[in-house]
Amino acid sequence: MTEVLVVGAGPAGLAAALAARARGAAVTLLDAADELGGQYWRHLPPQRPAARERALHHGWARFERMRRELEADPGCEVLTSAQVWAIEPADDDGRVGADGRLIDGGDRAVAGAAARAALVVHVLVGPVDGADRVARSIRPDALVLATGAHDRTLPFPGWDLPGVFTAGAAQALAKGERVAVGERVVVAGAGPFLLPVAASLAATGARVVGVHEANRPGRLAAGWLPRPWALIGAVGKAGELAGYAWNHVRHRIPYRTGSAVVAAHGTDRVEAVTIASLDRDWRPIAGTERRVEADAVCVSHGFTPRLELPIAAGCAITSDRFVVVDAGQGTSVAGVYAAGEITGIGGVDAALAEGAVAGHVAAGGSPTDAEISREMRARRTTTDFAGRIEASHGIRSGWTAWLDDDTLVCRCEEVPYGRLRATGDATCSTGLRSLKLTTRAGLGICQGRICGRTVEHLLGGDGGFADGVSTDRRPIAAPVRLAELAGASAPNRPEGHLRKETP
Amino acid sequence: MGYDVAVIGAGIVGAACARALAAEGLRVVVLERDAAASGTTGRGEGNLLVSDKGPGPELVLAQRAAALWPGTVAALADELGPDFPAVEYEPKGGLVVATTEQGAEPLAAFAQTQRAAGVDARVIGVDDALALEPHLARGITAAVHYPEDAQVQPVVATEALLASARRHGAEVRTGVEVTGALRDAQGRLRGVATTAGEIAADRVVLAAGPWTGEISSRLGAHLPVRPRRGMVLVTTRMPHRVFRKVYDGDYFGATQSSDAALQTSSVVESTAAGTVLVGSSREQVGFDDRMRVEVLRQVAAKALRLFPFLSGASVMRAYGGFRPYMPDHLPVIGADHRLDGLWHATGHEGAGIGLSLATAELIAAGIAGRAAPIDPSPFSPQRASLAPHLAEEAA
Amino acid sequence: MSARMLPAGSDPIRPGPTAPVTIHVDGEPVTGAAGQTIAGIVLANGRLAWRRTSSDGRPRGLFCGIGVCFDCIVTVNGDRDVRACQRRACDGDVVSSQHDELPEVHR
Repeated sequence: MTEVLVVGAGPAGLAAALAARARGAAVTLLDAADELGGQYWRHLPPQRPAARERALHHGWARFERMRRELEADPGCEVLTSAQVWAIEPADDDGRVGADGRLIDGGDRAVAGAAARAALVVHVLVGPVDGADRVARSIRPDALVLATGAHDRTLPFPGWDLPGVFTAGAAQALAKGERVAVGERVVVAGAGPFLLPVAASLAATGARVVGVHEANRPGRLAAGWLPRPWALIGAVGKAGELAGYAWNHVRHRIPYRTGSAVVAAHGTDRVEAVTIASLDRDWRPIAGTERRVEADAVCVSHGFTPRLELPIAAGCAITSDRFVVVDAGQGTSVAGVYAAGEITGIGGVDAALAEGAVAGHVAAGGSPTDAEISREMRARRTTTDFAGRIEASHGIRSGWTAWLDDDTLVCRCEEVPYGRLRATGDATCSTGLRSLKLTTRAGLGICQGRICGRTVEHLLGGDGGFADGVSTDRRPIAAPVRLAELAGASAPNRPEGHLRKETP
Repeated sequence: MGYDVAVIGAGIVGAACARALAAEGLRVVVLERDAAASGTTGRGEGNLLVSDKGPGPELVLAQRAAALWPGTVAALADELGPDFPAVEYEPKGGLVVATTEQGAEPLAAFAQTQRAAGVDARVIGVDDALALEPHLARGITAAVHYPEDAQVQPVVATEALLASARRHGAEVRTGVEVTGALRDAQGRLRGVATTAGEIAADRVVLAAGPWTGEISSRLGAHLPVRPRRGMVLVTTRMPHRVFRKVYDGDYFGATQSSDAALQTSSVVESTAAGTVLVGSSREQVGFDDRMRVEVLRQVAAKALRLFPFLSGASVMRAYGGFRPYMPDHLPVIGADHRLDGLWHATGHEGAGIGLSLATAELIAAGIAGRAAPIDPSPFSPQRASLAPHLAEEAA
Repeated sequence: MSARMLPAGSDPIRPGPTAPVTIHVDGEPVTGAAGQTIAGIVLANGRLAWRRTSSDGRPRGLFCGIGVCFDCIVTVNGDRDVRACQRRACDGDVVSSQHDELPEVHR
């Protein structure tokens, strides 16, 4: 029986696991979190039941159905609190070339006739960042990566103050804790995601004093709909209650396009922000600045796909930094599939369709099979969604005008913009590795997850660096304790095949 | 119009050579396929060690280098000013320990031979070792303190050497790969063909580290330098508890071994950023740069034998690189006897960061036709110990 | 003016009863609902920052909320670098804030 390992239990991963099971594969579905659903269906833990939790979510019934089905299925092992920290080539049969591809007949043109994945996935199972997690090494026949994306927040003066959050943080706290990040909250950045965040905040008792979309109406209209206000329709996806809250308060929440939070103020916490109007390239327009009191600011300018695992698996990455996939969601590496936001920021519908296709093909099916024709159609119709988001909301270069020399770019290593530039100028270095080691930007504990793309841009590397290095490559995909490493199971030991019994 | 010297490779050895040659008043160009410090240099720990070298020419080179580093660091700081990041030169000293009863005696005996060669190698008691490194494992059996060992941030040092070279008129061209030799009618090297066109130079200094094998073949004078893979783990920032460069006595054995199979030994040190670097491994796997969990496991396990407190340390990054390995365990520094105009500065295995300055001094003296402060002949490509390997390659 | 948990009585999703969980943060007992993360409990109790940065000693708390930025790391029962936004609180957890100073370096 084909063994399929699905990494990530958000919409794409859940759909992949179900489709692989439907095709008869034995499935292991794992996620670093202790609950299924990913960031999209981030929810209250079982210790905190709520009669109407569904009201906070879009598609909650579907999620519950998927979860129930997988948890009840003896052919699917659900492994939560499971952190993948490394993927390495399996060299038991010597079939793997230096680039991670199969040497003998691994022709990816034949989607569906997939060769076995030649990889070992190393997992630690236990409390988040615990010291005594249980090591597992899994050698699947096929691997589906559905690791999702996280907020990308551009730096601005004061963004390191407590009280400044990513929009995703506000959403996670609202849905997963029923905690509102503040009482007077400003939401800012770019993208349709800002609206559901504002709605969730409102549904959690916060007062949203403004939503600021950096892009101007013309650009939004070009990418979306004739009337940018129709964007409010996106709120429909925020869940019944959030949608209700939004509708209830929308007339009191200014939704401003072409404006941004360009600074946060306060000594030890945020007390106010400066809002400014932006030109079409996101350059603040002088004279438009105004100060707004707030005790929390939620800012996101888009999403960054979580690429460390695809890169560790050897998957080819596109020039705009997503995983390359074929019609069956197959990556450039035999037996490895990708679905969801790591193949393009396409939203939940795309993730569900791609996940189903990936799971089906990973389990030995073909993208032309009748049982996934619906998903293949959905996949096609959602394909241009990512392009529309990028066209409407993508980051424009003028934002650097709101940086000061002492604005931190790398939060972990506290590298300010001025020093970053001065060091780059002093060394004249053309390699990202050298630039990181001389500036220290991206070397801290988050390993450039927050600042990486920004550092690359500010150092002039939008077209790539001379050394071919990218901040997305993290062979250690999550921190691991030295003692855990010392006890790591050697690849391909018998326990590497460990899994629960399948029918 | 050509250059006096083309240096191939902008790692620390090439950078040091470029600076030394430019300081001689020569017109220098540095040709780098990728970016400065993007190869071996950027993947090392920044060791400036005398402790791991037994009496012999490499130790003499290391001692010369150790003498050159403090003055060079000061000169670079003066020259480049406060805006240039610090090279993090730290004469922190090394502490070599034995973790077994059998390991104790050889460690002390080795130190004795080093002392005879002028190394400050102090055999100390276990209590004194614990006073120097209070978090060291209780079970160590012997220790030698080497106050002359030091550390530097190798990438910043390389960039600083290159910046200094530029101030002396050198050009640094990155993204330029050498594809072949240009020869005159007599067969003498007169420059190199590159992906950016032909570059004329009276002399060519090949400082391509582990890639020297390939480049030297392209130039028509192969040198048997092979890549030897190594991996280092980096922890998150933590309270400062490792004060010197601390390694177990196995390390020396691993550096001198010719075994291609995986060998690990423990090398632990803190950095200026508060992280701890945990090494090291050696294996010959070609240029395969994929991370291997088994290597990490062995490195981690051995580090815990030295510093049990590290068990809860979080490893956030691992990086690997390729050391330029010579079959006779000596760097190659000097003029090639087969191709007039070609000079070598390579094959330093894991010691290139420290040895770079002394290597550059030898190269500069050689090209200028001056006597060098130390005898260059042991490093010559013509040396007897290398001859069978050159013959083997030729056959 | 701070982060706070929506009182159960006014939460329209009609939450059921929860069990209390008490953790000790820098020696102070702090109580939340079972199932909350450490960051959720600390935030809901009005503390917005708990770490201090290494270079500038600046306050930091939760930023990304989904385990990516590591700004919120704390020491839990002796284990360093635990992401407070991801770790569920267990009754009796001893949490201490981190301030990891840079080593003294002689340059």
